[in-house]
Amino acid sequence: MSKLALEKLQAKLGPKVLETHSHLGDDTALVSADAWHEAAKLLRDDPALDFDLFVDLCAVDYPKREPRFEVVLHVYSTTKHHRIRLKTRVGDEEGEGAELDTITNVWVGSNWFERETFDMMGIIFKGHPDLRRILMYPEFEGYPLRKDYPAQKTQPLVPYRTEEEAGLGLEKVAPFGGDEGMPFGRKWFEKGAGAFGELGDVRGTQEATGPRKDG
Amino acid sequence: MATQTSTKVIGGGDQGFATTRLDALLGWARKYSLFNYPFVTACCGMEFMAVSSPRYDFARFGAEAPRFSPRQSDLLWVVGTISQRQAPILKRIYEQMMEPRWVMAFGTCASCGGFYDNYTTVPGIDKIIPCDVYVPGCPPRPEAVFDGLLLIQDKIASGVRKPSVVKPRMDPATDLVQLNTKKKEKES
Repeated sequence: MSKLALEKLQAKLGPKVLETHSHLGDDTALVSADAWHEAAKLLRDDPALDFDLFVDLCAVDYPKREPRFEVVLHVYSTTKHHRIRLKTRVGDEEGEGAELDTITNVWVGSNWFERETFDMMGIIFKGHPDLRRILMYPEFEGYPLRKDYPAQKTQPLVPYRTEEEAGLGLEKVAPFGGDEGMPFGRKWFEKGAGAFGELGDVRGTQEATGPRKDG
Repeated sequence: MATQTSTKVIGGGDQGFATTRLDALLGWARKYSLFNYPFVTACCGMEFMAVSSPRYDFARFGAEAPRFSPRQSDLLWVVGTISQRQAPILKRIYEQMMEPRWVMAFGTCASCGGFYDNYTTVPGIDKIIPCDVYVPGCPPRPEAVFDGLLLIQDKIASGVRKPSVVKPRMDPATDLVQLNTKKKEKES
């Protein structure tokens, strides 16, 4: 669909386009981080490309890679009816130095998406007009969608009631099992009773959903 | 008192007066005039609308008036997922309510977090505020909500504050389908 865009990117940026991929109208260009803003501007401003609609921006964490994060941008052209995926890689193995130029001055719509990517993955967009958390609360520490964020870790704003304070057990009473709604969940994997644990497949059995007694 | 589920007239006669206990009378008055505070955060809200609108209509049980000020309400409906970010708000709403107050956890998410076992969801509102009745279901059927409401009314009348859970029931729709097929068989 927009092989033209890939060609134009390669012509303009040369070796800064690290990889391209094109299959069945699914076109991807991987550019180096310092060419990110330039590539975005080219995609928008070239009259033959005219990518005028910002679609999505997100990041992916590959914990063992260096650079560790891949930032993915999708844009669409409402006049030429083609789309492209633009990627870049930032950050070292510890997640430090994950910095990228903002593209809010290319597509205004990317503002909240960059905030979300910062909130979830901790990627810092240089030059962003208002880079703060958008989904999590300001007191939240760390970046929850990074693979090294502990899956069980919560950061409550209100301290939980203790069982003494409540005067009763706060482990769920029947018919709620401790893992209601999640027989495939993390807790069961930890107990070794998960779908592929040593106790075998317990999904959908009474053990998985907890005993059902009349409350 | 502990096992009493509705108000009993202790004595009376043909003189035109009856005697009862004051707390029983108060409980009887309260259970049929619940002022609701709907704390609606998620998709269960649609089911809450179904319960409150004419087809199911919880006004039949005296729980008619929604009060959008916690100071005027005595039954807090927590309808939907409570995120960690919502938790301080919920707690503050609860603290603003006048005694005596009751709390209903509407749906699985409010009861125990549902399938949100993650960094952002409170695993049940009872981690934050006391809860009287849990209504399981994702979302619960209006019938289950009525079971919960009647449980609350029983608790108000009897003064028992131990939390309880609405027992899951058969889906009445299956019976409806069977009735329809039986009717057709008769016709043919």
